[in-house]
Amino acid sequence: MKNERVRTGRHFMQGNIACAEGALAAGCSFMAGYPITPASEIAEQLASRLPALRGDDGVFIQMEDEISSLAAVIGASWMGKKAMTATSGPGISLMQEHIGLAVGTETPCVIIDVQRGGPTTGIPSVELQGDTVQVRRGSHGEYQVIAVAPSSPQELFDHTILAFNLAERYRTPVFVMSDAFIGHMREEVVIPAPEDIVIEKRKIPAPGFDSETDQAFLSEDVAPMPVFGRGFKSHVTSSCHTETGKRNVTDAIALDNFIRKLDAKIAKHRDSIIRVDDRTGDADIAILAYGSVYRAACAAAEAARAEGMRVGVFRPITLWPFPDREIAEMSARVKAILVMENNLGQYLHYVKAESSCPVHFIEPEILGTMHDIGSVLKKLKEIR
Amino acid sequence: MTITHPLDKYIRPSAAKTTNCPGCGNGILAQAILRAIDEEGLDMDDFVFVSGIGCAAWIPSPFFHGDTLHTTHGRPIAFATGVKLAAPDRRVMVVSGDGDLLAIGGNHFIHAARRNIDMTVICVNNYIYGMTGGQVAPTTPLGLKTMTSPYGNVENSFDISGLAAAAGATFVARWTVFHTLQITRTVRKALNHKGFSLIEIISQCPVQFGRKSGMGNTRQMFDNFKNNSVTAKKAADMTDEERAGKLVVGEFVEINKPVLNEGFSRIREQLRERSGDGED
Repeated sequence: MKNERVRTGRHFMQGNIACAEGALAAGCSFMAGYPITPASEIAEQLASRLPALRGDDGVFIQMEDEISSLAAVIGASWMGKKAMTATSGPGISLMQEHIGLAVGTETPCVIIDVQRGGPTTGIPSVELQGDTVQVRRGSHGEYQVIAVAPSSPQELFDHTILAFNLAERYRTPVFVMSDAFIGHMREEVVIPAPEDIVIEKRKIPAPGFDSETDQAFLSEDVAPMPVFGRGFKSHVTSSCHTETGKRNVTDAIALDNFIRKLDAKIAKHRDSIIRVDDRTGDADIAILAYGSVYRAACAAAEAARAEGMRVGVFRPITLWPFPDREIAEMSARVKAILVMENNLGQYLHYVKAESSCPVHFIEPEILGTMHDIGSVLKKLKEIR
Repeated sequence: MTITHPLDKYIRPSAAKTTNCPGCGNGILAQAILRAIDEEGLDMDDFVFVSGIGCAAWIPSPFFHGDTLHTTHGRPIAFATGVKLAAPDRRVMVVSGDGDLLAIGGNHFIHAARRNIDMTVICVNNYIYGMTGGQVAPTTPLGLKTMTSPYGNVENSFDISGLAAAAGATFVARWTVFHTLQITRTVRKALNHKGFSLIEIISQCPVQFGRKSGMGNTRQMFDNFKNNSVTAKKAADMTDEERAGKLVVGEFVEINKPVLNEGFSRIREQLRERSGDGED
């Protein structure tokens, strides 16, 4: 059990540890990171677990900064490893350069963002959903990312596996939008038997792949990844490139193709990527919340139901790509939506843009704290 | 009968046209590297070539017909670290310029040297930012006028080889592109060296550096390399006065220290012995 990849059983476990165990269960064998509160326990756990894995050459390395951490992760991924890093807001800011590179070179990798208060150094130990839009739009240029938002230690385990599976399936970086609340929370975490965990593995070209002529990039249906070390003679560049990976920075058509194909790779498959948890049922008011705030939304809905109001909760599990259709459909069934976020309204504007009913917003009484249920009830009564 | 260059087999077929300016030293260096690989009888498929942004980064990518990873400005060594840790049996070579590896990438450079990660880093030092149009670099000589030091460079410059040695690199050498045979010999040595190898190659950039420094054309710069360089061996016997203004070349450091990957292997073995996994 000690050196097994999957620690099957029921545990009382910290969220960050559950996240690390989820990564191992997903097949992660490489982590590069830089210490940052409140994400450090993920690195510490993997520093201890990866080298000790039975029958595996797991590696953890603490790099000199976040920029090099994601660079090393991308390098390892091109060697065929499932690779990840974990950080928090200031680290995500530093990683933006290589988030763009991972998108552009179609490199599968997982980035855990244990969000904390910001801007700048902010309050390291206080949660804020401050990176919601940063992970979507932080790097330069036009691109898509995938981001999932767990709301408990159990989901930190489950969603980290999901993130690896999505990364492998779509050859793209995937974010797990954790935060200081759930990262440092301790709850029951059930780890299934290895055979009960669904694991995706990237497609790799068959022997005989020709890097001169065969498509290795820019397929809307995800090209097999010509990982290094197998004699494929792969050419991988962060610059604008063609379907065979050859750099082309002179042709506007090539740039258009480079951007649109990468975008379409995610957009075309949005139905299989996007997950929402729609518990609006008969509700006439929907609370829309994600991540740790989902817990407060559930408590508020329950309190409202006890007072006879028909309130339900709609939760985007996949924050990005944005569940526009799902939100539009839900908004047509309810009279009003109340968006709850632990920020000043980052997701709100995206929700508004897709909704056909009035959309209201309530931020926590004090940013970085959980929403006060009394205030949410008061707001719900106003909306009604 | 078609005559092909003996090193043509190492060049990616679709990338046969050079992007280098006339008179650039990159072509000489590319040949010297490939000749070293050829003379060692190595297979390109055993390599991963990583480069950053700038003229020198174009030497392996897209030209070398092997696995090539062309990355962001200043970070190739960080990518290469992930490659090497994930696949210790691969030979990892980074080729990039002085601006890439020593300015924006300075931190990654010294930390990779400190870690003694087993890779060959070839840094082309042309004393200037070539690709962006002749701006000041951390290697630009004091007083030189460049596009961003129009009144003369007021900053002291890096001694790349000295920095690598101080940071813990276990193989350090410097040559100019005039020293083609020496470069090949040193690259062969570096390829056989276990640890972080840094080879600094002083190269001419007639288009940017030559223009700004008044050193003129390729021929004049080449003559300067030839007439002004002394080997480390010779320099050791020279007085400070005699050595002033000379370009000291040669192999400066060749020592053995544990490499990073070996550390990981050792830990794995210890952990498995302790937990009795070895008896499975």
